[in-house]
Amino acid sequence: MSVDTVKQPNWFSRLAHPGQFLAWSRYLIWPLAIATFVSFAIGLWFAFLNSPEDYQMGDMVRVMYVHVPNAWLSQLVYGVMAVSALGTLVWRHPLADVANKAAAPLGAVFTALALYTGALWGRPTWGTFWEWDGRMTSTLVLLLIYLGIIALWRAFDDQLKAGRIIAIVTLVGALNIPVIKFSVDWWNTLHQPASVFTASGPKMPGSILTPLLVMMLAFTLLFALLQVVRMRTEILRRRAATLSRQAALSAPSTGFAGPPPRGGGIGAAK
Amino acid sequence: MIGDGAHIEFIAWAYIGVAVLTVALVAYVVWDSLRVDARLKALDKAGIRRRSDESKR
Repeated sequence: MSVDTVKQPNWFSRLAHPGQFLAWSRYLIWPLAIATFVSFAIGLWFAFLNSPEDYQMGDMVRVMYVHVPNAWLSQLVYGVMAVSALGTLVWRHPLADVANKAAAPLGAVFTALALYTGALWGRPTWGTFWEWDGRMTSTLVLLLIYLGIIALWRAFDDQLKAGRIIAIVTLVGALNIPVIKFSVDWWNTLHQPASVFTASGPKMPGSILTPLLVMMLAFTLLFALLQVVRMRTEILRRRAATLSRQAALSAPSTGFAGPPPRGGGIGAAK
Repeated sequence: MIGDGAHIEFIAWAYIGVAVLTVALVAYVVWDSLRVDARLKALDKAGIRRRSDESKR
């Protein structure tokens, strides 16, 4: 094969190579951390000191500033995982299953927080912490899906094989996302209909919308930061696992004893 | 400005819960990262490293 016919990887493939990802993503961590901290500081200042009471809910509207961002992230993170699942199954992208594994615990925590803050918001406004209606039940199902995916990742020693199986599970679970989104339209529910992401624009005054958007930005930046750090950690974990395995197989006299840890696949010695 | 009216305990518990769990999540992510870094350093100290890393030395 002549040199001219060798297909060169495009810029995206080069950037997404695990080694390249480790190299450039390190420069994202501190800017993301600072942006997250500043966004939270501004968002909390708005939430507590510079936003009005709601004319119906009073101060309870302030719970919305932590509930809606977590509810938004519970679905966004799953969307990231679903795209990663496609990356694993369709494009066999080396970072796709890393992204899926890194995001699952983050999504589980954001979903749990959405349910927790929703329950605390619901008690004074609806008279109950919990109701088995479409929105709340489908969000609980989402949390169970996250926990199932985390359990699956821990159940497999072969992380590449796990990645393909979990990608299928993730895509099947993605059917729940439109159910969450449209549950308030499909069924009678205590939960209010969409009021931020609507075809006609947000249905709330700017004085309440501004802190909400800033808090959503802060939580989204936090997710981006934690996702980058967790992806880097997962790549390095697999690299360590591969090195341990190779050392155990080739040089038992090196003094490196003990069973190799879980992991393997990308980031391995080449 | 937040008042001291009704349901203040629900607001407080919402923010406390979010703060505790978010800080715990960040702490876990940092701890996990440091743990893996330490493992790689231990391997490197034992002379176990990638061939590409050896060629850079």
